Amino acid sequence: MQIEKSAMAGTLESSDALVTVEPGNQGIELEISSSVMNQYGRQIRATVLETLERLEVKSGHVTVVDKGALDCTLKARVECAVFRSCDKSAAGIPWGGVIR
Amino acid sequence: MRNAVGRDIPDELLVNGKEVYQGKNYMDGKYIQKASPRTRRYEKPQESKIVDSLVDALKACGAKDGMTFSFHHHLRNGDFVVNMVMKAAIEELGLKDLIIAATSLGDAHDPIADYIEQGKVVGIQTSGIRGRMGEVVSNGKLKTPAIIRSHGGRPRAIEAGEVHIDIAFVAAPTSDCVGNCRGIGGKSNCGSLGYAMTDAKYANHVVVVTDCLVDFPNMPASVEAIDVDAVVVVDSIGNPKKIASAAARISQNPRDLMMAENVAKVIASTPYFKEGFSFQTGVGGPSLAANLFLEKYMDERGIKMGWAIGGICGPMVEMLKKGKVGKVIDVQDFDLDAVNSINQTPGHYEMSASQYANPANKGAFVNKLDFVVLAALEIDTGFNVNVLTGSDGVLRGAPGGHPDTAAGSKCCIIVTPLVRGRMATVCEHVVTVTTPGDCVDVLVTDYGIAVNPLRPDLIECLDRAGIPHVSIESLKEKAYSIVGRPDPVQFEDHVVAVLEARDGTILDVVRQIKPYTFED
Repeated sequence: MQIEKSAMAGTLESSDALVTVEPGNQGIELEISSSVMNQYGRQIRATVLETLERLEVKSGHVTVVDKGALDCTLKARVECAVFRSCDKSAAGIPWGGVIR
Repeated sequence: MRNAVGRDIPDELLVNGKEVYQGKNYMDGKYIQKASPRTRRYEKPQESKIVDSLVDALKACGAKDGMTFSFHHHLRNGDFVVNMVMKAAIEELGLKDLIIAATSLGDAHDPIADYIEQGKVVGIQTSGIRGRMGEVVSNGKLKTPAIIRSHGGRPRAIEAGEVHIDIAFVAAPTSDCVGNCRGIGGKSNCGSLGYAMTDAKYANHVVVVTDCLVDFPNMPASVEAIDVDAVVVVDSIGNPKKIASAAARISQNPRDLMMAENVAKVIASTPYFKEGFSFQTGVGGPSLAANLFLEKYMDERGIKMGWAIGGICGPMVEMLKKGKVGKVIDVQDFDLDAVNSINQTPGHYEMSASQYANPANKGAFVNKLDFVVLAALEIDTGFNVNVLTGSDGVLRGAPGGHPDTAAGSKCCIIVTPLVRGRMATVCEHVVTVTTPGDCVDVLVTDYGIAVNPLRPDLIECLDRAGIPHVSIESLKEKAYSIVGRPDPVQFEDHVVAVLEARDGTILDVVRQIKPYTFED
């Protein structure tokens, strides 16, 4: 998938994350800040990168402001932001396909 | 050198007889030489000790560079006195190299962080350290390592002369013109003044700061005029809204209530749950709610609680008034119900921090305690508890009476949810050990109960009562299965705080935090 325009998903509530994706053409540029950075920074990065890879997103600027979200929440927020960025979030989400 | 809870204590800290933590009751039976203050004689009758300002009081007490000033924390996050005194000493008198020895410090004391960064305050000795002060100390800005002590460890250290107080400042809701102080009767009431009592007895000089001057004699006095050098009257010693909350409410959160019910079940399964038992609980959600369920079991068995101690709040006062507990003795009051009850409700008394929890006197109240119910930021598979450092390694808590009541009581129950957000409360190794595992008996979480293997007698009690329990390792694995296995927090080598066990040995150290990088 391709990030076509800026889009966001999530909130800044505790145990959630706010994910912003923006178009870009220099591969994935990832920025992370987190309330649990010291203990989970690497896992957050790995989860976000895996999710983007699964969605076949090759480039774009991705910003994650994490407030202690679990991995499942992070995945869902990244997926939603990417689908919104190419106007695919209203219908035809591939449930059971790349979204699982 | 490695201590009994497996922490590596740098050798350079093990000087002047300092030892590493060796286990519970290691110092039992040893003798100490008590320190004594050098105090001034006021033989000529004085009409009044009131001076015009804090500066005048400081001058009258011979304040100079390098001195240790003591404070107590009954005004909690509403306190104005620490900042007021330090401002007068540093900005008006130009003093430097000062040491603050407080019973606890909180967010209210953020301005002190500036004095640390300017090098005016070079030492901090406290139970609690939070807010900006916690951050600057964790970033290595304090000249000497902060010393963190429990509420019982502090009077022990003062009596042993390890902390020598040059001037003690008493924040007094009421005082008369010669310094008899009480925690009630004014506009910034806090109830008990228990933490200030030892300070006033062992300090060279004592200054009372009050915003409500009352007629002589202000009786019964918590801090007595015989120990006071000067009285300063200010507009306000604190913000009443932050000193005592409105009545502490019992949690309605079903998870808290479930854990609280299990705490009560555990208590009721032990042989200590009998007529006249003694009890202390924290004021956290599930700890406080345990009161409610305990009352049910007390009614069922037809028994009453003999006495309760602690930081006290409304629900315990309520039980006292209903006759369900014989006596309530407290060092600190958390809400207005408790503030308005101490020394008023029959059976509600005040005690000093030493009487409460000092391990080096001849028998503190905690030593007669049957049960204590406490919270934790983290607890590891060795039952070691952390209530001081956050998951990022920054100082933002307080051991308080946690290690003292855990060590003294017959049954110490920790109640905490298994995870908080993404943080595993039950973990492999706590960031900092503040209460050693050999003092902790039972862990109650929302995912199950674990009993310390050091207590086969309690395991038998739970089994007999049909209360299911699991190993603490399985609780840790459950937590990690939800939130993921955390990376260890990265620290520099520089020690920024020394965590003293209540007996004066070194339990752990806190090191300077390292900026996070994604590199391994």
